[in-house]
Amino acid sequence: MARESNFKNMFLCLLIICFGGSALLGGVYLITYEPIEAAQVAKVNQALGGVLPQFDNLPAQEAYEVEVGGRKATVYPGTKNGELTGVAVEATTTKGFGGQIKVMVGFLPDGTINNTAIISHTETPGLGDKINPKKSKFPLQFNQKNPESFRLAVKKDGGDVDAITAATISSRAFCDVVDLAFQVFRKSIQQEGGDQ
Amino acid sequence: MSRMKTLVNGIIKENPTFVLVLGMCPTLGTTTSAINGMSMGLATTFVLMLSNMVISLVSGLVPSKVRIPAFVVVIAVFVTVVQLVMQAYVPALYETLGLFIPLIVVNCIVLGRAEAYASKNTPFDSFLDGLGSGLGFTLSLTVLGTIRELLGSGSFFGFKLLEGDGILVFILAPGAFMALGYLMVLFNKLKKA
Amino acid sequence: MEYIIIIISAVFVNNIVLNQFLGICPFLGVSNRISTATGMAAAVVFVMTLSTLFTYLVQYYILDPLNISFMQTVTYILVIAALVQMVEIILKKISPALYQALGIFLPLITTNCAVLGVAILVVTKEFSFGGTPHMLDLPQSLVYTASMAFGFGLALIIFAGMREQMDLVGVPKPFRGVPISLITAGILSLAFMGFSGIV
Repeated sequence: MARESNFKNMFLCLLIICFGGSALLGGVYLITYEPIEAAQVAKVNQALGGVLPQFDNLPAQEAYEVEVGGRKATVYPGTKNGELTGVAVEATTTKGFGGQIKVMVGFLPDGTINNTAIISHTETPGLGDKINPKKSKFPLQFNQKNPESFRLAVKKDGGDVDAITAATISSRAFCDVVDLAFQVFRKSIQQEGGDQ
Repeated sequence: MSRMKTLVNGIIKENPTFVLVLGMCPTLGTTTSAINGMSMGLATTFVLMLSNMVISLVSGLVPSKVRIPAFVVVIAVFVTVVQLVMQAYVPALYETLGLFIPLIVVNCIVLGRAEAYASKNTPFDSFLDGLGSGLGFTLSLTVLGTIRELLGSGSFFGFKLLEGDGILVFILAPGAFMALGYLMVLFNKLKKA
Repeated sequence: MEYIIIIISAVFVNNIVLNQFLGICPFLGVSNRISTATGMAAAVVFVMTLSTLFTYLVQYYILDPLNISFMQTVTYILVIAALVQMVEIILKKISPALYQALGIFLPLITTNCAVLGVAILVVTKEFSFGGTPHMLDLPQSLVYTASMAFGFGLALIIFAGMREQMDLVGVPKPFRGVPISLITAGILSLAFMGFSGIV
């Protein structure tokens, strides 16, 4: 069945297979390139729609980066008729149980948390993934709270947040990322105020 | 008739998980819920079917000494196709399964079927063999996923059946080993009876 | 300090076998005796560190500049397969004694998903030391990989020790072989969960 091996046919055979494979992959990559980009943009837009109050601008196009204490976050301002209605902050923490957690937090102009959405995470399914508002009520306790008066730490650490049962690390990481988002929000509001 | 046999063989008699004990990493790693297990199984089935077919087509032309590298490249190409397609159309699922999608390349089932079956049979039979083994794998992953989800979070394919948290350990790593272990015990016991 | 965090986190907290489910096949397959387990562990440490060195360079100096990261899976598996072959040939020539000890494990390593898994993890996962998340640089990647491999070896050798003892016990028939091994691995994994939260 199989052929005799010599240097020439081994070389040719592998060359043809690698070449054909690369060509096929290049084709598939070109076809899927746009849907992959679109899926990523759609994800951010969906999160923005969920966390910001009414807006009529395109926050994704007005986004800018802010750095607080060496950590970067992206700020998406939402406006309606030119009036600022809310600010969404996309922040990242690596303190999660499974590593990185990326969260979008929406603030009203006075600093009250409007809503949160998870962009990506690798927390344990069924346990740490309850930081996702679709999975449990845990993140809902942040809504309509102002971090000026609402201490962003779990009760064990002297804060005001009820941690997820058996997932204190994920809960802490979530508090950490919301806190970062709040600091970024404050800094961005101050900057805007300074500009005017 | 014999084609039917090729198909069914992989599902029960040579079930990749319970009988051959192959592909343990994705079996344990992705079965935190029934739907995750099933998706992983289907992704593997897709790769198995196509790589089996292509390998059976080219195996006559490949010199015997570079057989394995040639097969591995073919498999890796199809895995990347699955990766790109999932990233484009089911991004949420792609993120959940994460690392285990590229790792289909080193899943012993895929290379095993290529060596043991596809290199000696016709493309259509190899395709069926891939489908059978793939479905067997999907079936066991779905069963294990269902059990772990039911015990661990009290839900069935995402529908909440019981209030509360369930026995959390079944969703974590230790529960994966134990659930699969006891499931195999049950499988052995039933096979004897 | 960074290195200590990387090492502890990779060996104990995120143990590659008991927590990340990579490399289960050799974990169940070559854990019958402590001596073979030790050989396998040494071979994995060696190959894994070497292959990550190469895949790291390939990623940052070939794939990223050309913007073809989607070829990652294909190139990595080829690099690893070629590397294993080369190590086998070189070892045979240079150190027959070492080849005697590790040789039979080398072909098994190409299909050890832990090697490919860690190579991919190193270039995709972000780590944080003191706040800012960033990718690992080359020395950190190598330390991380070596620690992951040590974690694999540790789990493998502990498990082999347990299985040697288990041979002396009367196990009910349906439990014999793989099932009882899996259940034991589950208990071992439960023990390793005790490390979670230290970093």
